[in-house]
Amino acid sequence: MVRLTHWLTFIAFVALLITGAEIVISHPRFYWGETGNVNMRPLFSLPLATSRGTIDNGFGSAMPDQNGWSRYLHFEAAWVAVLTGLVYGIYGISSGHFRRNLIPKRDDWTWRAYWDRFLGYWRRTWPDRAEESSYNVLQRTAYFVVIFVLFPLIIWTGLAMSPSFTSAFPATADLLGGRQSARTIHFFVSGLLLLFLVVHVTMVALSGFWSRMRAMITGYPRDSEEGQ
Amino acid sequence: MSLISRRKLIYGGVAAAAGVGGLATAEHLAKRYGLVPPDAAGIYGPGETLTYACQRLLTTRTPAREFPRSMISKNPFANEVAPPTEGFKRLQAGGFRDWRLVIDGTVARPMSLSLADLKTLPIHSQITEVACEEGWSYIAEWIGVPLSEVLREAGVLPQSRYVVYYPVEKNLWGGIDMADAMHPHTLLTMGMNDGDLPVPFGGPLRLRVPRQLGYKSLKYLTHITVTDDIKKFGSGKGSVDPDYGYAWYAGI
Repeated sequence: MVRLTHWLTFIAFVALLITGAEIVISHPRFYWGETGNVNMRPLFSLPLATSRGTIDNGFGSAMPDQNGWSRYLHFEAAWVAVLTGLVYGIYGISSGHFRRNLIPKRDDWTWRAYWDRFLGYWRRTWPDRAEESSYNVLQRTAYFVVIFVLFPLIIWTGLAMSPSFTSAFPATADLLGGRQSARTIHFFVSGLLLLFLVVHVTMVALSGFWSRMRAMITGYPRDSEEGQ
Repeated sequence: MSLISRRKLIYGGVAAAAGVGGLATAEHLAKRYGLVPPDAAGIYGPGETLTYACQRLLTTRTPAREFPRSMISKNPFANEVAPPTEGFKRLQAGGFRDWRLVIDGTVARPMSLSLADLKTLPIHSQITEVACEEGWSYIAEWIGVPLSEVLREAGVLPQSRYVVYYPVEKNLWGGIDMADAMHPHTLLTMGMNDGDLPVPFGGPLRLRVPRQLGYKSLKYLTHITVTDDIKKFGSGKGSVDPDYGYAWYAGI
């Protein structure tokens, strides 16, 4: 179940990332508060060519306009991600997966434990056997933050940009400081998720890309003749 | 066959049957209660249907977000508009005295109203936000007649399901369901921020649908058709938006 939801989430996330970038280039300026447009001072602006004539960040508007299908796919992929997350969440609680594997162990809640693990990575020492079959404190913290902080936050900020959803639940936008704040946070959280993806894939590559891939696809960490 | 695998087989069979039955029931209920958008065909159909169905179950009657007067944008952005046609310029030269809004379709009393006629109906104002799908937004006060008032005057027939609307240039056309058409914040807008609605912002008449993105709030409105069969219009996807690749339902 963990593996199935992992790969569904991966597919949805890649789709969300690409379509999200396509939507951003139609207006690569970010604001804070409720409103923001080209007549207002932005919080910051991305130095990109845009896909629309309504805005020019100094690089022209030569990018192809892909907003239509990007928006359709963004929201469909969001549904895949949310429904997958729901299944994963129910499974994670009921099976004890969260408690066993994701929540950092009680005696690891110290700077010392984090530092030791960091040094371990830095010196490229091989993990011991106990660590090989479960996650260490840095992994747990990273997965925990992604699953319980960043994913909920990106869903929340996404919903806060929906004029219909906020008509039923105005607090989703108000609590964040407004619609444009939600959009800005949405952008940063997607950046953090991309950062996680890069680090995650790098670590997988460093620890043996194909054996890790095999483990995540089949569930068996080693070849069967090695005694699994 | 061992007991475990037989049990698994039975459970699996029951689950699959329940799944198929559940999907069939869901489809039946969704169609019956109008939870399927007109652009539900194609690869993005499942996502659109989930979005629209959830919105209709959650937000059919919820009011649009309104803002205090202090939050009205000092520098609203009108967006790009196509250069006005000769016909529009002529009407503008006449102070829009000859501007007409035609209401027809499945109504008991089809009518053609001037702006002066519209102003005899109950005038409402709202301070709501325009949010463009590109990402920008602004807040303004909008003054006009709720579409529901005009539809009530015209006498909407019970079989009606959608409202189709056209600007002065008929190449664009919009469509909304009855829930949004009868919503008190869906406004035939003639004024903005205590003045007449400026032409760049859609004057003399714009349909504001504040619970959907800006592209549903068509400018230069001249014609409203109430219908029981949205498939008869254009390519049958509810509005011109899907022809350009955009979702019919823009409440997200």
